[in-house]
Amino acid sequence: MSRLPVRKTYKLYIGGAFPRSESGRTYEAEGQNVARASRKDARDAVRAARGAVAKWSGATAYNRGQVLYRMAEMMETRAADLAAVCSGEAEVERSIDRVVWYAGWADKLAQVLGGANPVAGPYFNFTIPEPTGVVAIVAPPEPALEGLVSRLLPALAGGNTAVVAASHDHPLAAVELAEAVATSDMPGGVVNILTGDPAEIAPVLAGHMDVNALDLTGADADSAAELERLAAENVKRVVRGSATGQSVWEIEPLVEAKTVWHPIGV
Amino acid sequence: MSEIEHRGPAAPAPLEWEYAPAPEARDIVSFRERYGLYIGGEVVDPRSGDWFTTSSPADESPLAEVAQASGEDVGLAVDAARAAYEDGWSSLRPAERAKYLFRIARILQERSRELAVAESLDGGKPIKESRDVDLPLAAAHFFYHAGWADKLEYAFPNRNPRPLGVAGQIIPWNFPLLMLAWKVAPALACGNTVVLKPAETTPLTALMFADVCRQAELPAGVVNIVTGDGSTGAELVRNEGLDKVAFTGSTEVGKAIQRELAGRGIPLTLELGGKAANIVFDDCALDQAVEGIVNGIYFNQGHVCCAGSRLLVQESIAEPLIGKLKRRLQTLRVGDPLDKNTDVGAINSRAQLEKIRELVASGEADGAEIYQPPCVLPERGYWFAPTVFVNVAQSSRIATEEIFGPVLSVLTFRTPDEAVEKANNTPYGLSAGVWTEKGSRILWMASRLRAGVVWANTFNRFDPASPFGGYKESGFGREGGRHGLEAYLRFDE
Repeated sequence: MSRLPVRKTYKLYIGGAFPRSESGRTYEAEGQNVARASRKDARDAVRAARGAVAKWSGATAYNRGQVLYRMAEMMETRAADLAAVCSGEAEVERSIDRVVWYAGWADKLAQVLGGANPVAGPYFNFTIPEPTGVVAIVAPPEPALEGLVSRLLPALAGGNTAVVAASHDHPLAAVELAEAVATSDMPGGVVNILTGDPAEIAPVLAGHMDVNALDLTGADADSAAELERLAAENVKRVVRGSATGQSVWEIEPLVEAKTVWHPIGV
Repeated sequence: MSEIEHRGPAAPAPLEWEYAPAPEARDIVSFRERYGLYIGGEVVDPRSGDWFTTSSPADESPLAEVAQASGEDVGLAVDAARAAYEDGWSSLRPAERAKYLFRIARILQERSRELAVAESLDGGKPIKESRDVDLPLAAAHFFYHAGWADKLEYAFPNRNPRPLGVAGQIIPWNFPLLMLAWKVAPALACGNTVVLKPAETTPLTALMFADVCRQAELPAGVVNIVTGDGSTGAELVRNEGLDKVAFTGSTEVGKAIQRELAGRGIPLTLELGGKAANIVFDDCALDQAVEGIVNGIYFNQGHVCCAGSRLLVQESIAEPLIGKLKRRLQTLRVGDPLDKNTDVGAINSRAQLEKIRELVASGEADGAEIYQPPCVLPERGYWFAPTVFVNVAQSSRIATEEIFGPVLSVLTFRTPDEAVEKANNTPYGLSAGVWTEKGSRILWMASRLRAGVVWANTFNRFDPASPFGGYKESGFGREGGRHGLEAYLRFDE
């Protein structure tokens, strides 16, 4: 008699834990019952993300790079599982390589995006990039895994924490990725993933006063205008980028340039 | 005399003599009776047929009539900017573009005295500030950005930087010509053309800048200037012909602009309000800190978005520091903006004066203790004495809202952690100040303050090479430095 496999429950990822939606709702996607996050779940995720800002942004850039590299290691060991919930092995390989690529950026950003400024006076003046804070991401509907990784990693490499509204139709890759993140030394709350209907969750994130930036790469044109309007409530940085590419310029809109002055004298 | 006794034997005697007047000559400026709009290289009457008077806030005397641009006028300006963009400016050799900007920088230097007097007349700021800060920095901004025009590919390697097109730019009344320079210089250097909307109360130096463009033989339509009230700015933002919007002003209006542009795919940069903490530790150089505090909040009558309007003092030195600060305030000279000895000039407008009065009244109602040095304010015009509030509650409006006037709110702290907590306890994040002789503490503080500019043992320093802009609700994007160029470029990667 063949063994009956143990099925996985597809849950949310908030603050380093895997809760069900507080609403108790699920929806069926890709043949599975998946948690359908509520507006309350979205607010909880933002709170978790805000709580993780100090630890993640306060870590050394070298340390952040190592944790991100560890994330790639964990994805590699789950490559087969990831391949089963996206377009296949090639997408998984691109995604893992992208995580490694961004891991290497963590401790190089400041040298590429910052520098000393030659002001006309006896002052030492320098500019450095700093994380903007909490980034809300409307994940691209597809590619399910690569799209998510392509938007999440620029935020993380920049030292931000993130709340992701996962693809409605392809949420399994997001949950699988969350499980890799959970085992990669990433402090709880740095990455938060909400499955469900972005049309329900994204407006909460866009209008939330404790979110600093909004990534609308995955939002369709119709919903994007309203999300942008909501984002103005606390002057969020609104970004759109590539769902399949990688660049340091994907990180740049998610960091703030801080300039420090000090007099020079004896 | 009781005032002297009260201050104790260590205090210097108050200044009881009068300064002789030292007025800057006003006749170096002759305003025209009327200024039309500057569109397509011509000064034209507004289609709206409407004009308004701009006056001196120091004595309420009218200076000139200025056009009130309507939506139709704005449309003509945008069309002129588009034509200039397509007819040559965007394809001009970058080195030639650079030379136009160098020319403008030189002309601003050559005409700096005239422009400084005009700035003080129209805006009310002390001549020593318009002469020593606004004008030199405005010229420096053009000179700095001129050099970038033909070097953009070095600023953004492998990104193929290209101009955006027509930029709509709206600037405030606190540094009229300097804000013009911050907006126009990078836009032109990057190959864009502009439609600039100066503030309603301070249009004159922008309109004189039109004449600078003429002298520089800048091609027609590269710079267009439309004057008017807030409705003109709204028309500009609504115009479908723009490729870029840049705004400096209040957070409230900035949010409205961000909403208006939602879904239109137009790049936006916002430089908005602030409520900067100026943090003074017990090991600071006290007298230097006092100078920095004064410069931080009374510079330009406190009409400064990055003003150090919240003074956070370590509890152990609060008493001596506040004593020194009050004595220093007694030496500030408030009055005629054109007098070279004036430290604090006129409040920019009646509306702004009323806003300051309202907030100061709320501070008193909240139970904060107010101090104003004895000073005689002129009878005509808009004036407000330098003001300090002590014992201010964190929740008080004078500790949370941007006053944009010469009003300082003093709060105290005990530990560096508490200082950071209080400093960051605001939706704004434009600037901050730190005063301590301990280097490691400066860097520790600087990395924790959520602000785009941190001045350590100095305050209110500006330079075209130094990126300026805010975190959080103080806006996004930077002006100045390599970072500032990005706001006016697209990249064909």
